[in-house]
Amino acid sequence: MIYADNAATTKMSRTAIEAMLPYMDDIYGNPSSLYSFGQKAKEALENARERIAACLCCEPREITFTSGGSEADNQAIFSAARLGEKKGKKHIISTAFEHHAVLHTLEKLKKQGFEITHLDVHSNGIVTPEQVADAIREDTCLVTVMFANNEIGTIQPIAEIGKICREKGVLFHTDAVQAAGHLYVNVKEQNIDMLSLSAHKFHGPKGIGVLYAKRGILLDNVINGGAQERGKRAGTENIPAIMGMAAALEEAVANLDRNTAKLIKLRDRLIEGLDKIPYGELNGDRNNRLPSNVNFCFEGIEGESLLLLLDDKGICASSGSACTSGSLDPSHVLLAIGRPHEVAHGSLRLSINEETTEEDIDYMIEAVTDVVTYLRNMSPFWRDLTTGKRTHVFAE
Amino acid sequence: MALYSEKVMDHFRNPRNVGVIEDADGIGEAGNPVCGDIMKIYLKIDNDIITDVKFETFGCGSAIASSSMATELIKGKPISEAAALTNKAVTEALDGLPAHKLHCSVLAEEAIKLALKDYFDKNGIEYDKNEFPDEPHCAHCGEGSCDT
Repeated sequence: MIYADNAATTKMSRTAIEAMLPYMDDIYGNPSSLYSFGQKAKEALENARERIAACLCCEPREITFTSGGSEADNQAIFSAARLGEKKGKKHIISTAFEHHAVLHTLEKLKKQGFEITHLDVHSNGIVTPEQVADAIREDTCLVTVMFANNEIGTIQPIAEIGKICREKGVLFHTDAVQAAGHLYVNVKEQNIDMLSLSAHKFHGPKGIGVLYAKRGILLDNVINGGAQERGKRAGTENIPAIMGMAAALEEAVANLDRNTAKLIKLRDRLIEGLDKIPYGELNGDRNNRLPSNVNFCFEGIEGESLLLLLDDKGICASSGSACTSGSLDPSHVLLAIGRPHEVAHGSLRLSINEETTEEDIDYMIEAVTDVVTYLRNMSPFWRDLTTGKRTHVFAE
Repeated sequence: MALYSEKVMDHFRNPRNVGVIEDADGIGEAGNPVCGDIMKIYLKIDNDIITDVKFETFGCGSAIASSSMATELIKGKPISEAAALTNKAVTEALDGLPAHKLHCSVLAEEAIKLALKDYFDKNGIEYDKNEFPDEPHCAHCGEGSCDT
């Protein structure tokens, strides 16, 4: 099997698993307990917090553990909204292709009277700092822009956007779920006020994440209850998962340069191979994208049947077609970069990892080429395109 | 649990009657590219019997499987039986479809009806206009046509 859906989730690293085991076997105490057995778990918790803070270049007290990226996004946005509301500021700036954890939270705020500006992400899938600068108003309380897009992998100019927000005194949050452990992240240098990450995207366990919030930003609770996490996130801490996350993030950050160099070579080989398929096009900027991300649209075919046939060939991939999203519309990300519906239905995302080999890449190129050809041969839509009854969207 | 039944996967992996009939007696096409699925049915009719049927489909796994199954169900059958084919019969023959995929079987029923209508029109055969509408509603969005 070739697992090429690392943007969905990743295999846990051995280091992460080993880091978790003692906290399930032996050190299972509750960190909130007074006795020394519980305090041992508390020590581990604070140790993990320090190590994660070091990876992000922030203070340990600026780290709040959450159930994952979605919860962190929710908490960051709601907190900024509540702070803004107090000052009569109810305008939020975001982009058209954020993750649903951000979009649906903003949707909820809109119903509460907030005004949301969704910046255009252009055909290359990148917003510009100038767009952000132009969109900021007197009543803007938050700018939230993802670090890298989860579907097409495009990397946003985070440091520059952060700089503008600092200058204008507006809070800046970034959903870094796809970036943490895969791109250089430094909240100080990059002027980030709040950042969300999720462990299972960098070979850590599922169900655990982090919200970084710069000192002084008052967080609003999403989960109410006990006084854990300085009272900002109730619930007994998931110590094994937190230990696994800390180990996985440290490992990813330590190997970042080596992995990046390796992945870019593999990614570019895959892009070049798939680019040979006629009437297909890469989605998102060619170079300014995650080292692991390849995303194409192919005319005349539908993504779900493509995925099923690739599955038969042992390849795990994903698509932004409506049939795979369970809704009537194809991926909002592909629509945001201007792909027409009929092309967006034929999308394929392959997200590789550092264990992917050149042989895997070549096998995927061959398999995708074969399956696309096979499906086109039975597609009346493709027939109409080749006979000129309908017009092609892409060049050959 | 798998997304699809074994029958659906069998008809998806090994679709029956894929292709084109060059001198078809009736051709029907349902769906549109914007919604992400199109089915095209080609019929060869002799003496009120469907002697051959082929299909082309652009769509998801269940769309391809529904087309394949629908063609199997009408092949060699009298026109009256083909006209009476319902999406429910296609779905049952496939051992069921997930709820959000039922429209695929509707599309198969519609494409066959449109192919029969094409045959009737070409041969001046009378038929009930209510049973064979000019433009069936889009099984996806419920509109007359969501092709933009």
